[in-house]
Amino acid sequence: MSFAWAKQYEPKTPLTKWLDDKLPLPRLVYNAVGAGYPVPRNLNYMWNFGVLAGFCLMIQIVTGVVLAMHYAANQAVAFGTVEHIMRNVNWGWALRYAHANGASFFFIVVYLHIFRGLFYSSYKAPREMIWLLGVVIFLLMMATAFMGYVLPWGQMSFWGAQVITGLFSAIPLVGEPLQVWLLGGFAPDNAALNRFFSLHFLLPFVIAGVVILHIWALHIPGSSNPSGVEVKSESDTVPFHPYYTAKDGFGLGVFLILFAVMVFFLPNALGHPDNYIEANPLSTPAHIVPEWYFWPFYAILRAFTGDLTIPFTGIVLIPAKLLGVIAMFGSILLWFFLPWLDKSPVRSGHYRPLFNKFFWFGLIPTMAVLFYCGGAPAEEPFVVLSQIATAYYFLHFLVVLPIVSQIEVPKPLPFSITEAVLGKDATAEARTGTVDAGTAGTAPDGSLQPAE
Amino acid sequence: MASDTAAMGDLGTEEGVRRRDWIHIAALSTAGVGGASLLIPLVSQMAPSADVLAASTTEVDVSAIQPGQAIKAVFRKQPLFVRRLTADEIKSANEVEVSSLRDPQTLGDRTKEGHEDMLITMGVCTHLGCVPLGAAEGENRGEFGGYFCPCHGSHYDTAGRIRKGPAPLNLQVPEYQFTSDTVIRVG
Repeated sequence: MSFAWAKQYEPKTPLTKWLDDKLPLPRLVYNAVGAGYPVPRNLNYMWNFGVLAGFCLMIQIVTGVVLAMHYAANQAVAFGTVEHIMRNVNWGWALRYAHANGASFFFIVVYLHIFRGLFYSSYKAPREMIWLLGVVIFLLMMATAFMGYVLPWGQMSFWGAQVITGLFSAIPLVGEPLQVWLLGGFAPDNAALNRFFSLHFLLPFVIAGVVILHIWALHIPGSSNPSGVEVKSESDTVPFHPYYTAKDGFGLGVFLILFAVMVFFLPNALGHPDNYIEANPLSTPAHIVPEWYFWPFYAILRAFTGDLTIPFTGIVLIPAKLLGVIAMFGSILLWFFLPWLDKSPVRSGHYRPLFNKFFWFGLIPTMAVLFYCGGAPAEEPFVVLSQIATAYYFLHFLVVLPIVSQIEVPKPLPFSITEAVLGKDATAEARTGTVDAGTAGTAPDGSLQPAE
Repeated sequence: MASDTAAMGDLGTEEGVRRRDWIHIAALSTAGVGGASLLIPLVSQMAPSADVLAASTTEVDVSAIQPGQAIKAVFRKQPLFVRRLTADEIKSANEVEVSSLRDPQTLGDRTKEGHEDMLITMGVCTHLGCVPLGAAEGENRGEFGGYFCPCHGSHYDTAGRIRKGPAPLNLQVPEYQFTSDTVIRVG
């Protein structure tokens, strides 16, 4: 599971020895995030976001459990209990704002984590399972965030519930009854609110479970790194503690500063004023948009304005409504196939000139356009922009990546992580030599062959 | 640890104190104080909220209560017994040797000056919190003619003092004042 040179946990006191025999929990922690986990020495700050995402999940669970002590999932009083939390409960405003902004920060952190995975191809062998579990976590997060947004039972909550469950009504034959079943009624009401609350409470713990699998799967090959070259010798790694506990701790500090700025000074900046109006089943707000973190996918949903027909016959194969839903879900489900779409053996975008161009000038602007269009009203030019961007999004993953990985000539890779960090010059080798001098059993770098 | 050796080499030591120790102490104590202060909102959110505290005074009009009658009012979501004592009840309460009581108090201690006939107590047994009988007409008032708690058999006398049974204290007299001759404000 780990590298041969990983430090072994050695209990020192009688108590820790006794505990290590009965329940080796300290050993587990030591091997997972302690000095017993050797990590590539060249991780940059993009590698902070996994730990930060775990931290966000903890914020959400702690503040959420506490908020649930004061909230009541009943359509008659739900809106009132949220105001009760804001006005009456001690520190209720802080807890609620931390939970609402915590959701946004969770998505910011996770999107940066996914960005890291896409650019450095962290999804490639031998780390496919980590990526697949990550996509599962992301889908669970989206479901949890959506159901949480319904709970305050404001106008945006209500119409969000209506629209999102309406997505299922696009499914042929079973769609309409499915939506009625999901809501437990013909429109969002008490039954829907209650089940959303129940699931919103449950799913974070399911996420926590999948996160454990995600970390477990990570510890089998070990962390990836910015060079994309696998670890070859001890000089390529440093122990997770203290090196990355300190680096993650610094990142956490920066994260908390930004988080505090939002919670204390801009608590409603990412929300919608309409959600402070109690749900009204008889009136839809003029401009409904989901929370910002769903915008790119919402743009894909709205990009499909015409039915798919057999030309010149007028026979509708797939109506526009269903096309949009398929594309929206497909845009994420696509990620499950990513490890097999991008066949290039080179991981890091730094060594892939062609991939690099398509990534920075194709995928990233596309995501920016989709993001912007998803939050904009459904009118021109945003519709045609999101159509172009949607087209490129699917082309990028389904066509560009497979072709690029066939025709691209990658830049020469460094022989090892150590070489990537210190360079190939004599001074560096001398320095490497001194570092390695005291470590028995480490062969000089030159004698090792690439693992692949 | 590798960091120790590196720090020793790079930063040197002076009487066993490394310059990096300062950063360790500063960073860990900042994180510790910050983390501990998060407990304040998480703990205090469970304390009574503002709307609960706002409901912690109650006004009761006592003018209609006849001698020998009692009413139940509500104070902080708990029963409040308001009783106008008869002359006999006052007499029997004052005849008791105070030092013989488990919780020694005179009737005067438990009522307001000029209103010695108005006995205002919580309707909460001091044993384990049941509501004693005796405030409503026809209920068992116990061996001492005051209140009787049926849960574990505590007997209170006409001044609401514990006389027999497991309860440790007299029925609690809440803080209250007469805002006029006929209206009390509790809390």
